[in-house]
Amino acid sequence: MHDKAVRRRRAVLVALVVLSLFLLTAYFGERTGGPLHAVQRTAMEVLAPIQEGANRALKPFRDLFGWFGDTLDAKEERDKLRAERDALEKKLADVTVERDELKQIKGLEQFNTAGGLNRYEPVPARVIARSPNSWYQTFQINKGTSDGVRKDQPVVNSAGLVGKIKEVSDGNAVVMLLTDPEFGVSARSLESGEPGSVYPEVGAQGDLRFELVPNAKEVRRGERIITAGTSTSARVSDLTSLYPRGIPIGTVKRIETGEGELDRVIHVEPAADLRSLDIVEVLIEPDADLRAQVP
Amino acid sequence: MTLTPRAAGRLALLGLLGGILQLTTISQISIFGVPADLSPLLVASVGFLCGSIPGAVFGFCLGLFVDTALLQTLGVNSLVYTAVGYGAGRIRELRDPAHTLAPVLVGAAATAVAAVGFSLLQFLLGVEAPVSLQLLRQILLTIVLNTLLALPVYAICRRVMLPFLPDDPRRRRRRAYTTGGLSPLSRA
Repeated sequence: MHDKAVRRRRAVLVALVVLSLFLLTAYFGERTGGPLHAVQRTAMEVLAPIQEGANRALKPFRDLFGWFGDTLDAKEERDKLRAERDALEKKLADVTVERDELKQIKGLEQFNTAGGLNRYEPVPARVIARSPNSWYQTFQINKGTSDGVRKDQPVVNSAGLVGKIKEVSDGNAVVMLLTDPEFGVSARSLESGEPGSVYPEVGAQGDLRFELVPNAKEVRRGERIITAGTSTSARVSDLTSLYPRGIPIGTVKRIETGEGELDRVIHVEPAADLRSLDIVEVLIEPDADLRAQVP
Repeated sequence: MTLTPRAAGRLALLGLLGGILQLTTISQISIFGVPADLSPLLVASVGFLCGSIPGAVFGFCLGLFVDTALLQTLGVNSLVYTAVGYGAGRIRELRDPAHTLAPVLVGAAATAVAAVGFSLLQFLLGVEAPVSLQLLRQILLTIVLNTLLALPVYAICRRVMLPFLPDDPRRRRRRAYTTGGLSPLSRA
């Protein structure tokens, strides 16, 4: 009985394997128009409507799974795109900073050439720190005594005067902005030629006053104010704090008229945008003109 | 198991529905980048439940159905699934594993045999596809996926074929106690 079952089982297996191999060989050997291909095509035509119906009926189920898959894929893609976006934003920021710096450097080069500042040996410097409060109108640059920077030397950017060196160490220096309460510079109006001094307007950030002007009524709104290039000292050795002549300080923004001539207040808007300074120049030979004139 | 006409009918229906489900839906759902393959699981489950001869016949028929429906070389899947069904049936007949997770192992092994066997036959037939890491990865992922599906597929097959299966001694005992039947001790 057992032997019979075993023989039967083996016979079935052998028969199925042989049948499979026969089908395989015959199908593989025959041409596309052969009988097995024809049977297969007929069977497929019979099955096709069933498959199509099942396909439609099961579409919601497939879509549900597809939705899960799509959601997972979308999440993965979202994370990837976010990382890509962050990288691009960083790159954009870097490029923007580089572009701005390049613009400033080009501006400075033009300023040096057109304004004749090259003779004062400008040393370009990068702003590395800035005072966060309004009490100290200062910032720090990455150039110091090792680069020839000394105390009281003028600091400019491509628009005009920025301030002067307040403190200096070997590799760094602190710049006092021209809006600092302690700042002052001898100046003159470009068009009317009136001399005077520029001081910061106390209590009004970013505002300057053009004071001690003999004929203040001559000064007009919109007139440019530049450094006068004069010094109170008679000795050339004391001229280290001199600002060279002709550096733009700002433009007359408004004029307050009082009862008398002395009550007239001339407000000047700085030429340099003091809120966004990245690259500046320190003029390490500000007295080059005077040295040349002294016999 | 004695293969009665009704049991054969149920197996045919199971194969037809399973095959259509595989072709129209399951094969279009990718998980980890590969679709699951119900066919080897169905064949292995039938073989594991019904024995080697029904398993081999079921495998042959399902393989033929798949080859026909997909316009593939006739006989390839038939040969592979015949081996899978026969093997699963022989495991039942020789070892009769009682562990609950035995169908999972059988399903995983069946998928591995089917995938490797199918690839080997394709290579033997001269289909130009180099053995690449991608192919190995696909086979491995299909095995993993099918392993996860093995138990539910086995449960469905078991439920379909339950009236025709030989009575499980454990089930018989359980039924006897829960329906108020006498225990062997009381009968003694």
